[in-house]
Amino acid sequence: MKVEELYQEIILDHYRAKHHSGLRDPYEAEVHHVNPSCGDEVTLRVHLDGDTVSDVSYEGVGCSISQASTSVMSDLVIGHSYQHGLGLHQEFLTLMQSKGEIEPDEDRLEDGIAFAGVAKFPARVKCALLGWSAFKDAVIQAQGSTN
Amino acid sequence: MSSDVESARKLPEYPDTVSMDQVKPLGDEPIPFDVDIIRTDFPILDRTTPNGPLVYLDSANTSQKPRVVVEAIEDHYLNHNANVARAMHLLGAEATAAFEAGRAQVAAFVGATRSEEVIFTRNATEALNLCAHSLGASLVPGDEIVISVMEHHSNIVPWQLLAQRTGATLRWFDVTDEGRLDLEAATAEELINERTKIVSLTYVSNVLGTVNPITEIAAAAHAVGAVMVVDASQAVPQMAVDVATLGADLVAFTAHKMVGPTGIGVLWGRYELLAGLPPFLGGGEMIEVVKMTGSTYAPPPHRFEAGTPPIAQAVGLGAAVHYLSEIGMDAIAAHEAEVTAYALKGLATIKGLRVLGPSEPVDRGGAISFTLPDVHPHDVSQLLDSRGIAVRGGHHCARPLHERFGVQSSTRASFYLYTTRAEIDALIDGLEYTVRFFGGAR
Repeated sequence: MKVEELYQEIILDHYRAKHHSGLRDPYEAEVHHVNPSCGDEVTLRVHLDGDTVSDVSYEGVGCSISQASTSVMSDLVIGHSYQHGLGLHQEFLTLMQSKGEIEPDEDRLEDGIAFAGVAKFPARVKCALLGWSAFKDAVIQAQGSTN
Repeated sequence: MSSDVESARKLPEYPDTVSMDQVKPLGDEPIPFDVDIIRTDFPILDRTTPNGPLVYLDSANTSQKPRVVVEAIEDHYLNHNANVARAMHLLGAEATAAFEAGRAQVAAFVGATRSEEVIFTRNATEALNLCAHSLGASLVPGDEIVISVMEHHSNIVPWQLLAQRTGATLRWFDVTDEGRLDLEAATAEELINERTKIVSLTYVSNVLGTVNPITEIAAAAHAVGAVMVVDASQAVPQMAVDVATLGADLVAFTAHKMVGPTGIGVLWGRYELLAGLPPFLGGGEMIEVVKMTGSTYAPPPHRFEAGTPPIAQAVGLGAAVHYLSEIGMDAIAAHEAEVTAYALKGLATIKGLRVLGPSEPVDRGGAISFTLPDVHPHDVSQLLDSRGIAVRGGHHCARPLHERFGVQSSTRASFYLYTTRAEIDALIDGLEYTVRFFGGAR
């Protein structure tokens, strides 16, 4: 296993210049997720406009995988329905749990396919999922507050 | 004939009980320290990784095990296995004698005056919880417990829980920017005072490597009538520790960091103190007489060892301390100091690298934690792993200390008796590669 499989150029690019980073108003839900074993943290806000995720904003401390994954996730979910976002979360989760045995759908996951290699490094899967789990949690809370 | 077969045929002549004077004095004739010869005792150091030879720099996390320790455990299970202190048969007697011999060896290793001062636990964490529980049973609101900001979580959380249970107040030493205990600030704020009942400190920091002045602080604790607890998990593996002169009342450490097996820890305590403490866990072995209306308890150490103890692990720990004694703890400490100094010099050549803790190899153990600008410790350890180098990245179970230094986490390289200069060179090369990799120049 080559470490370059893990650290795709796309991941390093997102890590060096995170998209949609920073905490913004307005938002319906803010969550704080922690990876207790390593201390990676993300605070994430979701702003829903009807069914549409009109913003995801976040602040995090963590490794390149967790930071880049959060950045890619925000690109993928902003401007789409939250149902679409939750569907992508499920797809990304399946990819991460696949031990590298499934081919990701580039049309749907876009830059997210760069994380396919992470699935072969079990210790890093939770890093890649940190931002996605926070998003799912925040969407569920935001729906609760808007219904 | 292989030694396995020989040991299988020979029934060791275990005495019924083991007293301290039956433990052989160790290390009469010191063998010259030769790291290459020592490495041949550790088969795992010969293995390769998918990325080349193994460079194991994570010994503060857990040490590797020499063949003699693994064989002692194997021999016990294959030839002498039975439960201890209850089986009235040959194997029961052999297992009991082997278990108690392990206790006596540990006692001799740390300079205890009697083997009843050595309590076997699951690990150092359980030993510290035992202290917090049994020692803390008499605390009342207004009493104070003193720890430090450089403690491992296992020497923080049990005391927080104790404070919650009893209403006692938890206070702590800060550290200086160099990573030493801030003794001046402690004196100024009268950290240790007449309300202090327990002081619990690490001997050697698992993150900074700092060696703390335990004897001095123990004297301050005793002057106000407080009990001194020491977490020696990183000290006993690395340097000669003599509990008779250390000044501490209770000392916790763990086997797996000192070339012994996992699953067994040690709490040494002054006998008179232990004799006055209430039990920790209840169950078999720790009792004297059990009636439905109430029970009485065994004297130390068995009072604190409820249930079937880690028997084979005690045998393995006995073999481990015998192994370390044969090499000599002073020689091991000298080797570690030399390797640590060499590593500090090498790390200083990496641009932007910041060492947490003492940058001079004085009063310093063989663990070095550091940060690199813009590269997270997980990524550092992943990149090093891609070159066969094992280090630890994260907060090393010392989150408050990292917060004190304004960082979320760090990378830690830690050394032991089998660490070579070539391995340090590999680390430095690996870090240069890491910096280039994340700097964009791939």
